[in-house]
Amino acid sequence: MKRFKYLALIITSLLLVLTLAGCGTQPLSSQNVLENDKKSNTITWGVKADQKLIGLIDVKDGKEKGFEIDLAKAITKKVLGKNGNAKFVTVTSQSRIPLLKNGNIDAIIATMSILPDRKKVIDFSDSYFDAGQSILVKKNSSIKSVKDLNGKTVTSAVGSNSVNNIQKIAPKARVLQLPDFAQALTALKSGQGEAMTTDNVILAGLAVENPDYKLVGGTFTTEPYGIGINKGQDDFRKAINKGLKEVIKDGTYNKLIMKWFGNVPGFDYKEVLRK
Amino acid sequence: MIKLLVDNWSAFISGFGWTVLSSLLALFFSLIIGSLFAILEVMPSKVARVIGNVYVEVFRNIPLLVITMFFYLVIPLYVVKINGFTAGTIGLTIYTSAFIAETVRSGINSVDDGQMEAARAQGMTFWQAMKNVVLPQAFKLVIPPLGNQFINLVKNSSVLAFVAGFDLMYQGNAIASTTFETVNTYVVVGLFYLVITLPISYYMQHLERKLA
Amino acid sequence: MQNWIDAYSWINIRFLLQGLGITILISVISVVLSFIFGSILGIIRYAKIPYFSKIIGFIIDVIRNLPLLLIIFFTYFGLPAFGFKPDTIPAAILAMTVFESMMIAEIIRSGILAVDVGQMEASRAMGMKMGQAMWHVVLPQAYKKMIPALVSQFISLIKDTSLATIIVVPELMQHGQVVYGQNPNYIIPVFVAMAIMYFVVCYALSLLSKVIDRRMA
Repeated sequence: MKRFKYLALIITSLLLVLTLAGCGTQPLSSQNVLENDKKSNTITWGVKADQKLIGLIDVKDGKEKGFEIDLAKAITKKVLGKNGNAKFVTVTSQSRIPLLKNGNIDAIIATMSILPDRKKVIDFSDSYFDAGQSILVKKNSSIKSVKDLNGKTVTSAVGSNSVNNIQKIAPKARVLQLPDFAQALTALKSGQGEAMTTDNVILAGLAVENPDYKLVGGTFTTEPYGIGINKGQDDFRKAINKGLKEVIKDGTYNKLIMKWFGNVPGFDYKEVLRK
Repeated sequence: MIKLLVDNWSAFISGFGWTVLSSLLALFFSLIIGSLFAILEVMPSKVARVIGNVYVEVFRNIPLLVITMFFYLVIPLYVVKINGFTAGTIGLTIYTSAFIAETVRSGINSVDDGQMEAARAQGMTFWQAMKNVVLPQAFKLVIPPLGNQFINLVKNSSVLAFVAGFDLMYQGNAIASTTFETVNTYVVVGLFYLVITLPISYYMQHLERKLA
Repeated sequence: MQNWIDAYSWINIRFLLQGLGITILISVISVVLSFIFGSILGIIRYAKIPYFSKIIGFIIDVIRNLPLLLIIFFTYFGLPAFGFKPDTIPAAILAMTVFESMMIAEIIRSGILAVDVGQMEASRAMGMKMGQAMWHVVLPQAYKKMIPALVSQFISLIKDTSLATIIVVPELMQHGQVVYGQNPNYIIPVFVAMAIMYFVVCYALSLLSKVIDRRMA
C-alpha cells in the first residue's frame, strides 16, 4: 500500500511537470512591440558577442562593436527618431530564437539567414545583407569545393543552418557542432575536422587572424540575412523595413560596409554594397 | 511532446547511449585512478603524498568544462588526435578521479590505524596490507558516497555537449534548434537523465539507511 | 601558432578579471540564498510532515538528479512562458539557487540526522518545543559538522557558474570566449588563464575550510 502511494505520487508529479512544460508552447502575448518601444524610446536587439567584424564585445570598454551593431543603431534612429536608444542583449545561434519568442528581445540581428523553417516560427524583415555559405580549409588542403567534403569531417556551430545545408549538399560529410565559431575554428586547427563551414562573412572574420587558412570554392548557397521579429508584430516589422530602406538610401549602409569589410582578404565588399 | 519524442526517437536514444557509455567508462577508469591517488596520499613517502595531493587539489578546483575543453582543443594540437567523445570522457575521468581519490582516502583514514600496523607487524608489505586489509574495509564504507559520485558523473557528462560528444545534451541542443520546441525538448532530455540518476539515488539512500 | 604574449595583454586580463568578478558575485548571492532555502527544505524533509515532506523530498530528488545545464535552460528559456523574463545574471542566480538549495537541503538533512537522536529527546524532555530544540540544540551542532560539506558545495557552485556561459552570462567563461573571439589564436592561453583564476579562488576557499575545521576540532 505504501509503495503504491509513492508510485502515485511520482506519477502525479511527473504529470505536473509535463503540464507546466506544455504551457511553454502557448503563443506570446499580443502586445504591440512598436508601441512599447516608442513608449520606452528603446529597441532591444539580440546581437552576437563573439564574432569579429559583425558583433564582438570590445574588451577595452565592454561595448558591442561590429557591422550589425552599427546597423542596428542606425535603424533604431530611423524608427524612434534621433534620440532613440538601442539596447543590446548578447545571444548565440542557439539562444536567439527562444529569446525572441520569449520576449526578452524585440528583434534579432545576429547573422541569421531567412529560411522557410524559421519563417514558420518567426517573421523576418527584408534582407539586410547577402552572405553565402563557404568553406574554410588549411592552405595546402586537397579540398577545393563543397563536393570534396563527402567522407570528410566538417566543423560548425550549434543552431546555424550551415549544418543542414552541408547535410543536403554533401550528405556523406560528418558534421561536428561546436558551441561557437571560434571553437569550431580551433577544433579545425587541432585536427578534429578537415574543413569548417559557415557563412563567408563569418569565415572571413576568422581568417583575418589565421593566414594559414583560406576560403575555397566560393559560395554554394545564398544566405540573405534578415532581422528576426515575432509573429503578429506587423507594425514593428513595417517600421524596421522602412528604417532599413532609409539607411540604405542615405548611404549610411554602404559606409558601414566599407568600414567593417573594406579591408578583409578573401571577401569582396563590392558584391554586398547596396544602391 | 509525444510527437517530439517519436520524431526524434533515434537521436534521443543514441544520445542516451553515448551518455551511458561515457559515464560507465569514466566511472571505471576514475575508480582505478582515484584509488591509486588515494593510496599515494596515505603512503609513508613524502614525495608520493605531495604528488597525490597536487593531483587531487588541482583537478578538484578547476571547472570540468575547462578541463574538458583543454583535452579537446589542446591534446590533438600537440599530442594525438582524439574526438569529442573521447576527450569528454577523459575530462570526466580525470575530474571525477580527483573526487573519488578524496572519498577513498577518507575511507582509508577511517579504518583503524592499528589494523595497518598489525598487518605490517605480521610481516606484510605496505601494499599487501593495503590490498588485503585496509582497502576492502575502506571500500565498504565509501560505497554510498561513491554512488553519489556516479550520479554526479552522469549529470556532469552533459559537458560532452560542449565538445560535440554526441551525448544526450548535444542531441537535445541539436533537436531544440531545429524544432524550436526548446522547453519541451529539454523536458524530454531531463526525463532521460532521471531514468538513470533517480533509481541510483534512491538505491543509495536505501543503502545508507541500511548501513546506518 | 598560439599567441601567448598578445593574449595576456593587460586589457585582456582585465576583461577576464571582470568576468571573474561576476562569477564571484553570482556565486556569493546564490550560496547565501541557497543556504537559507536549503536549510528550510532540509528541515521540512527531516520533519516528516505527512505528504508535504514526501512531496518536497521528491522535488528535491528530481532537481538534484538533473544536470545543472538543464536547470539553466529551464530558467532562461522556460520561465518567460509564465510571464517572468529574467536577465541573464538574475537567471543564472535563480538557476544556481534552485539547484544548490536542493544539494544543500540534502547536506542539512543528513547533518541533522548525524546529530545524536538522544539530544533531541533530552531537550524535549527538558520541556523545549520541537522548534526550540531544533534551533538551540540540534542545528548548531549539525552546522558545525557540515562545514566541510558546505564549503565543498560552495566550491562546486563557483565552478558550475562556468556552465552559465551557455546563456551568455558575462562571467569568466563567457568573457574568455569574447577574448578569443577577437583572435582564435588566443584560445589556449585564455583557457590556461581561466583555469588558473578558477583554481586560485577555489583552492583558497578549500584551504580556508581546512583552517576552520582545525580550529573547531
